[in-house]
Amino acid sequence: MKRLWFASSGSIRQRLILQLLVLVAVLSWVLYLSVKTVAGSAVETTQDAILGSATIAIAEELRGGEDGVAVDIPYTAFSMLGATGEDRVFYRIIIDGVTVTGYEDLPLAEEPLGGLSPVFYTRSYQSETVRIAAVERSVLVGNKPARVEVIVGQTRSAQDAIVAQMANRAAALGLGFFAIAAVLSLLTARSVLQPVRNLTEAVGRRGPQDLRPVERPVPSELAPLVTALNQFIARLSGALTRTETFIAEAAHHIRTPLATLRAQAEITLRQSPDEATRASLRAMIRSVDDSARSVGQLLDHAAVVYRTDQRTEEEIDLVALTRDIVAAFGPAADLRDIGFDLSLPDAPIVMTADRLLLESAIRNLLDNAVKYSALEGRISVGLALEGEGGAGLVRLKVCDRGRGLSGTRSSTLTGRFRRGSNVADVVGSGLGLTIVREVAIAHGGDFRLTERDGGGTCADLSLPLG
Amino acid sequence: MRFLLVEDNPDLARSVQTRLSLDGHAVDWAASLADAEDHLAASGYDLILLDIMLPDGDGRDFLAAHRRAKRDTPVIVMTARSAVSDRVALLDTGADDYITKPFDFAELEARVRAVLRRRMGAAQSLQTYADLTFDPLSATITIAGDSRELRSRELRLFEILLSGPDRIFSKAQLVDRLFSAAEAVSDNAIEVYVGRLRKKLEGSRARIETVRGVGYRLTAQ
Repeated sequence: MKRLWFASSGSIRQRLILQLLVLVAVLSWVLYLSVKTVAGSAVETTQDAILGSATIAIAEELRGGEDGVAVDIPYTAFSMLGATGEDRVFYRIIIDGVTVTGYEDLPLAEEPLGGLSPVFYTRSYQSETVRIAAVERSVLVGNKPARVEVIVGQTRSAQDAIVAQMANRAAALGLGFFAIAAVLSLLTARSVLQPVRNLTEAVGRRGPQDLRPVERPVPSELAPLVTALNQFIARLSGALTRTETFIAEAAHHIRTPLATLRAQAEITLRQSPDEATRASLRAMIRSVDDSARSVGQLLDHAAVVYRTDQRTEEEIDLVALTRDIVAAFGPAADLRDIGFDLSLPDAPIVMTADRLLLESAIRNLLDNAVKYSALEGRISVGLALEGEGGAGLVRLKVCDRGRGLSGTRSSTLTGRFRRGSNVADVVGSGLGLTIVREVAIAHGGDFRLTERDGGGTCADLSLPLG
Repeated sequence: MRFLLVEDNPDLARSVQTRLSLDGHAVDWAASLADAEDHLAASGYDLILLDIMLPDGDGRDFLAAHRRAKRDTPVIVMTARSAVSDRVALLDTGADDYITKPFDFAELEARVRAVLRRRMGAAQSLQTYADLTFDPLSATITIAGDSRELRSRELRLFEILLSGPDRIFSKAQLVDRLFSAAEAVSDNAIEVYVGRLRKKLEGSRARIETVRGVGYRLTAQ
């Protein structure tokens, strides 16, 4: 799992999706309820119209006579009702408050009846829910008007079945709506977050050296973030440039006067015949070299410490790098008739590392070897792969025929400003090997000094590949 | 030899000028890139010594322009920085060599000679003296078909002596040109190299003569 370098406060995507899904679920539920209600009321209205027509049809068939009312219940009225399935139908006809035919206990309307426009109500009757329609009309019985109420009830199982079917459809509709809306909200979350992802990718893909501002167009909501990021990049790049400029300027400002001093000393050396003066001028020139070397190593060391935190990794061919550095030492070594025995592999050895760090390490190793070699000495420089299949370690070994270590421990010599016990007459700051060790540690490698068989010192720098 | 020194620090420039003139070289000084252009337009030089940080620009840009203009005067860059990548970049830009300040004049001379030898090419670099042929590129002396190889310091000693046959060079003068000034050597250290060189010259009419109390000179019998 990828390690996070900050506390995570959850995912915007998850939050967005969750909120959209809740919203969609609520909307689907509302849709379901509305459809169900509208469908239910539409069915009820239709049923009521049939029930009402049947009731009115019965009422219209009433005939007043001399001594009573003739009721001829029309077949059509029931066939209308019967069309709706297995419902049971009840009726009750009341003349002037007396039930003359039908179910005597079929409930009456609570509100006043409105003539031939039916009044509808729902009651529980014979342990079933019954929808009832009631109408009234006046009928002449022996020249005397009589008030006749016609009440027709019908159980609701067919209506309920239709409503249930409607509800199922509404539920299916709600679920379908939910499914489509959920997919759409996933896509929305994705497209809303796409600019964030693009920005992350654009910034994440950059190499550590790439300190240009982010110029990709972003939505206005991300603009403050990008502005802040760009300001930060500008500050970082400024700091890096200042550090590198400072190191270059410092080197220039210290080394130029040293060069003048050394040149003047050489002029005097050249013009003085007296052996004692010449010896003291040489000592002076050695001190100048000493200072110059120390300045170089202090700046190297500063760069190494700084670069260890700000590593700029790249693919480096160690064989070519070693060859280049040895070539750079050539003339200085040549001046003392010192030769290099190179044993480098033919194929490149590529490792991912910070070029400046590796260069500092190898340069300091060679500088040491040249410095401590006698006139006409030879220095062997070997580079080899170690470990199974050459996949493990690369090992750089620099051996001189100098004065050796005289028993001083390797770990002591690699300490800052530490020097061997036998080197008082050779210029040095004691930082060279510290730099090598720090570079080795920064790359997960190891550095060690050993006595060479037959006299001299071997410096052994091993670095893991990859 | 004739050098053009491009360096903005007057103290350093004067010192380098003086020191090189002691070895018999002529040095013109340019304090800026514009100045250097003027000098180059006016006369020819064997070699340009170029500083990088100059008041009117970067020495590397001057170097690149110099090479683009197909001018082939060799250039040795003097810089305060010692990173190898700087060196590789400079050589890629067209510098012939690179020397870090503060520098040793013996080392500078060695580098200058090396650059000039490389530039000259095998045919033109062959020199003859008396009955010997000297090839500085391969560092060999051939006497009557018999080749002898010279080591670095023997080669440089022979080059110095050969630059002025019959001229007397003092021990101190030779030590100053052969050894780094930081080397703790006495003037007598030169005797070893004179001895070795005499051995290599055996069988030739050319020989190194000791002028008692003064120094050495190369003569032909």
